[in-house]
Amino acid sequence: MGRLNRFRLGKDGRREQTNLSRRGFLVTSLGAGVMFGFARPASANQIFPLDKALPGDGAFEPTIWCSIAPDGEITVNIIRAEMGQHIGTALARIIADEMEADWSKVRINYVDTDPKWGLMVTGGSWSVWMTWDVFRQAGAATRTALVEEAARLLGTTPDKCTVANGIVTAGTRQISFGDIVAKGHPSHSFTPEEMAKLPLKPASERRLIGNAEIKALDIPAKTNGTAIYGIDVKVEGMVYARPKMPPTRYGSKVRSVDDTDARKIKGYERYLIIEDPSEVVQGWVVVLAKTYSAAIRAADALKVDWTPGETIHTSEADIQDRGRELIKNRDGGVYIFNDDGVDQAFTSAHTVMEQEYTCASVLHYQLEPTNAVAFEKDGVYEIHAGNQWQSLILPTLAKALQVPESKVILRSYLLGGGFGRRLNGDYMIPAALASKALGGKPVKLILTRSDDMQFDSFRSPSVQRVRMAFDGSDRITGMDYQAAAGWPTGVMAEVFMEKGVDGKPYDQFAIAGGDHWYEVGAFRVRALRNDLAEKTFRPGWLRSVSPGWTSWGVECFLDEVAHRQKKDPAQFRLDLLTAQGRNKGEAPDSVGGALRQAAVVRRLMEKVNWGKTTLPKDTALGLATTAGQERGMPTWIGCVAQVHVDRSTGVVTCQKLTIVVDAGTVVDPDGAKAQTEGAALWGLSMVLFENTEIVNGLPVDRNLNTYTPLRIADTPEMDIEFLPSTEKPMGLGEPGTTVVGPAIGNAIFNAVGVRLRHMPVRPADVLRGLQGS
Amino acid sequence: MTTFRLNGRDVTVDVPDDTPLLWVIRDEVGLTGTKFGCGIGMCGACTIHIGGRATRSCVTPVSAAEGADITTIEGIDPEGNHPVQQAWREIQVPQCGYCQSGQIMQAVSLLKDYPSPTDEEIDAVMAGSLCRCMTYIRIREAIKKAAANARGDASNG
Repeated sequence: MGRLNRFRLGKDGRREQTNLSRRGFLVTSLGAGVMFGFARPASANQIFPLDKALPGDGAFEPTIWCSIAPDGEITVNIIRAEMGQHIGTALARIIADEMEADWSKVRINYVDTDPKWGLMVTGGSWSVWMTWDVFRQAGAATRTALVEEAARLLGTTPDKCTVANGIVTAGTRQISFGDIVAKGHPSHSFTPEEMAKLPLKPASERRLIGNAEIKALDIPAKTNGTAIYGIDVKVEGMVYARPKMPPTRYGSKVRSVDDTDARKIKGYERYLIIEDPSEVVQGWVVVLAKTYSAAIRAADALKVDWTPGETIHTSEADIQDRGRELIKNRDGGVYIFNDDGVDQAFTSAHTVMEQEYTCASVLHYQLEPTNAVAFEKDGVYEIHAGNQWQSLILPTLAKALQVPESKVILRSYLLGGGFGRRLNGDYMIPAALASKALGGKPVKLILTRSDDMQFDSFRSPSVQRVRMAFDGSDRITGMDYQAAAGWPTGVMAEVFMEKGVDGKPYDQFAIAGGDHWYEVGAFRVRALRNDLAEKTFRPGWLRSVSPGWTSWGVECFLDEVAHRQKKDPAQFRLDLLTAQGRNKGEAPDSVGGALRQAAVVRRLMEKVNWGKTTLPKDTALGLATTAGQERGMPTWIGCVAQVHVDRSTGVVTCQKLTIVVDAGTVVDPDGAKAQTEGAALWGLSMVLFENTEIVNGLPVDRNLNTYTPLRIADTPEMDIEFLPSTEKPMGLGEPGTTVVGPAIGNAIFNAVGVRLRHMPVRPADVLRGLQGS
Repeated sequence: MTTFRLNGRDVTVDVPDDTPLLWVIRDEVGLTGTKFGCGIGMCGACTIHIGGRATRSCVTPVSAAEGADITTIEGIDPEGNHPVQQAWREIQVPQCGYCQSGQIMQAVSLLKDYPSPTDEEIDAVMAGSLCRCMTYIRIREAIKKAAANARGDASNG
C-alpha cells in the first residue's frame, strides 16, 4: 500500500506517474517565451496574484515546473486544483525555497490539461506529499543552473558563489536571478540520475517552508469578487443549459418529451435528449435557453416520461442489508490483511466481542453546484470547469464525444468546493454532448442545487462488522474487521485499485482505516463491494473517504473493549501502539510507525489533562485517534471531544475539540491549521448534523431545507497543535475529518453511558439509549 | 424594463419581472462576485445589499429592485479595502472562497447594527451564511478584528 504503489496497477497511471518525475527532471536550455499556445478570456486568468500575467519572451524555463523572466518574475506551474487548500502557494514555497527565490517575485499559474503534466489529480490529501520531492529537485536544478550562469557573468566559479533571496553573490559582486536571465544564457541539462544527486537544503536552512508569515496568493481575489470559478465562465455566443434529471441514476430511458409548457417560458430555445456513448449520463434531457433563469423554469415546465431503471424502489435499508449479507458470506470480498492464525484465535478464544457499526449516506453539498462550459473550436473541444481529476475524465469525455483524447482540453478554474465531488467530472459530459449536438456552439450547463444533489456522487452508506478474540487473561489474540460499501474507485477508476494479499483488486478508499496500526494479534481485514449500492448511485470519494467512516467502527469498538476491560481508553490504545511488525513504519513516509501515533495520543492526554478533570453532569471527554488517510502516507492524528448531552431532548452539543497532529514537515503552518479546522468540522457535521437516506433509488434530500450541515453557531471551541517534525510532509486536507465522529461517540458514552453505533447520532437514538439504560 | 442603481451606477435591464436579481447581476450586468449556491435563500452565497440591508438575491425578483440602491461585493469599497475585506485577508479566512462574498456582505451589514458584536450576535446574524469549507472560527475572528479596526480608525481620525 501507499507511496506511489497506488499507481502501479494502472498502465496509464504508471506511465504518467513515471513521466511526472522524469519530465520534472529534464532541464531544457533557454526556455521558449510563451509556454502555452492558447488564448483564454483575460477575465478567466488563473494566475495569482491576479494582477500578474504569464511571462513574455526570453524567460528561462529550466523545467516544466517554473520559469524565470528577465524582470525576475518567477512563475510556478501548478497542476493541482485550487479548492480552498491554497495548494499553489504551498507548492510554490517548496520550489522557491530550494531555488532560493525572492518570494515577492513568485506567482502561481493553475494550468490547463496537457499530456506533459502527467497525472492531474487533486485528492487523497496527496498534493504536497506527491510534489515534495519533484519540486525540491526542480528547485535545486534551477538554482544550480542559475548559479553556474551567474558565476560565468561575474567571472568566477560556482563554488565561490552564494545564493539567497534571488541574488547570487561572489565576494563583493552580486547579480539577481532576473539579470542572470536577461544578460546571460543559462542552460544546463541534467539526467534524472544527476537530478536526484543534487544537494538539497537541510531543514534548518528553510526560509519559506514552515514560514507562518507567508499569506496565500489566492486569498485577495476571494475577498473582492474577482476570483473566477467555473460557474463564472462567459464565452461569446453561449447558450445556457439545465439538465432535466431522470428518476434513477442508471438505466432510465426517455419515452417521450412534451415541451408545450416550456415553450411558454420567455427565452426557452429547445431541449436535447442526451445520448452518451460513455454511458455515464443515462436518460438525461438538457433544456437550452437564452438565460439561466429561463433554463431553470423551462426545465421545470418540460414534461418528460421515462421508463425508470431497475433501482427505482431501492432504499438505504436495502443497500445496508445487502452489505450485511456480503459480510455474512465467507466467500467473496478481498483480503487486505489475512494473517495466519485468525480463525484459530477465534475458535480457541475465551471470549469474543463482536459489534456492527453503520454509517449513513452523506452528500457533498460543495457550495458551487456542478457546471461546465463546453464548445468546439478548430476540431478541439474545450471544457471550462473546475475539476479535481482531469486525467480521469478526459478519456471519458473523448469517448462520449467520440473524438481522440488529443481533441479535448480542460481549462482549469477555481473550485467552489471540491471535497471529492469534482474528482468525478461527470457533469462535463452533458455540457460537451449538448455542444456537440449544436455543432460546437458554446453551452454553459449548470445544475441547480436539487439537480446536483439528486445525482451527487455521494459517500456510500456502509456496514462494518468488527470482532475481537481474547484469551483467558483477556489478552487480545485476534481481530477480524470487515466492511461493505459502494466502491468509488471500482466504478470510476478501476485501474487505480490496489491489490489485496489474495491478489484481487480492491478499492483502498472503501476500506482504508480498517487496516489500523494497533497490535491486535492475528489480524484480518476484508473489503466487500456493495453491488446494490453501485447499481443505485455512483459512489463517490468524499472528504477523508473511508477513514471518515471506518474510524467510526474501529475507534468506537476499541473504546468499547477498553470499557469492558475496565481500562482507561487512552492508555488502552497506547498499550496497543507498540510499532511491532507491520506497524514499525518505513522510510520515508512512515518513519517511526505506530510510535508516532502513540506520541500524538500522549500529547493529547497532556493537553486536556486526561483523566484528571471534573466536568459538569452529563458532560464528558471522548478520545479517538487514526493514521489519517492511508497506511502508505500516515498523518498521525488524535482528537478529544468534549460533549454535553441533554437528557430531556437527546441533543448532543460539542463544546470543544482538541486535536494533535503529526503530519511530518508542515509546509504551510496557517494553511495546515485551516485545513484541520475545516476537516474536523466536517467530521463534526457528519456525526451530529448531516446525512441523507436513499429513498426510491435517490437521496431524499435536495436542498438546505432538509439537508442541514453544521453552521457557525454549531462551531465549538477548537485547539489544534502540530507536533514539530522534519520528516517528509504528509497530507492535511482530510485527516481532521477522521477522528471527530468516534471522539464524539466515545464522549457520549462517557457522559451518559449510551453507546451509539450508527452515524449520524440522532437525538432520537440518544433518547432511546437513555430509556434503555 | 427595470431600473436600479448598482454600485453607484444606473442600470436598466429588460428581463421578465420575476427573474431573480442574482441572475440579472451575474449574467445581464456581468458582475460574478455574487454567487449561486442553493437558490432558495438558505445558504447566503448570493447576499447583496439593497438599501444597505443584506438581502438574498436568489429569491429577490428583479421587479422588487425597481429604483433601489444595490451594492455587491464589487462595490463595497473601490479598492477592495473595506475594513471587513482587510480583516478577511489578515485572518486568512477564505478557503475555496465561493461563499465569502456573501459572508463579507453579511458581515458588513452586521457591523452596522452591532459595531462591537459578541459571539452570540455574530452567530445569530451569520447563521444564514453557509461555509462548506467551515471557516467559521476565522469568520468570527475576522468580524471582531474588523470591528476593532473600525473602532481604531474612528478614534484615530
